[in-house]
Amino acid sequence: MESEEAPSSARAAIGLAADVRAGRLRALAVLEQHLAAIELREPEIHAFNTLLADEARAAAMDVDAAVAAGRDPGPLAGVPVALKDNMCTRGIPTTCSSRILDGWRPPYDATVVERLHAAGAVVVGKTNLDEFAMGSSTENSAFGPTRNPLDTSRVPGGSSGGSAAAVAAGFAAVGLGSDTGGSIRQPASLCGVVGVKPTYGRVSRYGLIAFASSLDQIGPFTRTVADAALVTEVIGGHDPADSTSIPQPAPELTATLGDGVEGLRVGRITDLPAGADPDVLERVDAAFAALVDAGATVVDVQVPAFTYGLTAYYLIAPAEASSNLARYDGVRYGLRVPAGDTNTMYMETRAAGFGDEVKRRIMLGTYALSAGYYDAYYGKALKVRRLIAGDFARAYELADVLVTPTSPTVAFPLGAKTENPLAMYLCDTYTIPSNLSGDPAMTVPFGTGADGLPVGVQVLAPALGEAVMFRTAQTLEDAVRAYDGDR
Amino acid sequence: MRQPHRSAPLASVGVSDRISTADVEHVARLARLALTPEEIERTTAQLADMLEHFADIDELALDDVVPMTQAFPLTNVLRDDVVQPGLDHDEVLAAAPDAVDGRFRVPPIVGLDR
Repeated sequence: MESEEAPSSARAAIGLAADVRAGRLRALAVLEQHLAAIELREPEIHAFNTLLADEARAAAMDVDAAVAAGRDPGPLAGVPVALKDNMCTRGIPTTCSSRILDGWRPPYDATVVERLHAAGAVVVGKTNLDEFAMGSSTENSAFGPTRNPLDTSRVPGGSSGGSAAAVAAGFAAVGLGSDTGGSIRQPASLCGVVGVKPTYGRVSRYGLIAFASSLDQIGPFTRTVADAALVTEVIGGHDPADSTSIPQPAPELTATLGDGVEGLRVGRITDLPAGADPDVLERVDAAFAALVDAGATVVDVQVPAFTYGLTAYYLIAPAEASSNLARYDGVRYGLRVPAGDTNTMYMETRAAGFGDEVKRRIMLGTYALSAGYYDAYYGKALKVRRLIAGDFARAYELADVLVTPTSPTVAFPLGAKTENPLAMYLCDTYTIPSNLSGDPAMTVPFGTGADGLPVGVQVLAPALGEAVMFRTAQTLEDAVRAYDGDR
Repeated sequence: MRQPHRSAPLASVGVSDRISTADVEHVARLARLALTPEEIERTTAQLADMLEHFADIDELALDDVVPMTQAFPLTNVLRDDVVQPGLDHDEVLAAAPDAVDGRFRVPPIVGLDR
């Protein structure tokens, strides 16, 4: 349990913000404790590409000045936040962990950054990622890998591994990531924190550097489900600057968090693709048991097209990426390799600026879209996407939420999958289908598996069904706390 | 420019067809990526492995399925036609590798006679 004596770097955001708003704790003191944690462990973790200590101190002092003047700085007053380095911050380097954006300072802030500032949050730094968010281990970074704070011989997952590690290590109470095929949920699972992918369109992507535009969604990393609900409320809601933003206000989540799962129908996918380790499946079984104990009913459902999600994703996402990444041509920002004509400049700049995985996906995507192959690959993948969405819709006629593993395994050693791209892609088997359907999904830590490493359980819900998803996750978190309390 | 696969009749193109180094060289040109011969070889092998795995969707009956292009369909998303401030011109150009007279500067595009 939290107490006034606990170092603020171990506390959840809601308690910190309440103390700062009430004048019991200074935002600057909260920040300094987090910066101390960073100073101690960042050299071995490498969660950040850019640390913003001075900017954060100035922001924290603004929060303290507001409180002293009797103004409310907002629901995240003084809460230290780590931002994935693919979200634009005006005048501050935004790299996507790629050499191709070398030296670029965005001329504007992402909408989520503006909303965090308006809520009183304090941005402590920009976090490492797989280059352009392409990867599942944060090893594909031009600036070197991030390590898992729970075992530094292992990866934190990816692509938002820096934000996941920052929250797990107490460098920040909140992290923001982006999730195109599992890039929030999988690293959250591997680092033992909560991670949320909201419904497609819930959170504005204005200022999020695009990877696959029909799949990308921003969401939070936190240490508690309640914190994730609060952050989703703060960053969610319509934004006219993003034409894919759902024209609805942010969902109300915190008010119903404690409503429990009495009478809820929790779906177990009987035809889920194989591949999850036994220690992971054991925790998922335990999650179903905990939900039944809390009054839910387990129902069997089928999602036959789930199995084909990996293929559909690895054709659709690279296809969209090959188009989105065409803009990095050495003309408007970042790296340029000088050449005598523009075409050579494009080809040499892109060859020097992109890493292997990004090149691989651009090649795969360009191939899938090229004349003669479009129908065989991209066109088919779009049809499979329709099947997956339809299968989910049928499952949600029988169940209110679905529960699956988040990642097939606990955190794996650095280098274990870097030589085999396909093995790395299989990390996303259970997370990808929600991106294809656009539905929300989140992971909540639910005990430990092999080697004492955390296992995350995934809760999936129909589009706009965040409230019931969060209630289910809260019930699981409560069950883990009760279990830990019994030990 | 050699474009070997463009003549392939669509009906014969299956997801399981093997990709060749010539295909990969062509795609690299389309993608504006200068790849070394080693990268071409490696990419060909890796893409072939992936495409073999991705052939799993060939077993699905998809003829009557409507492609899904967006998860949450919104159409004709427009804002009111009111002048709003844009990005700062100088700030944008300051981020460019090369700029002159308020514009991005690039090497020659035409007149190279190549």
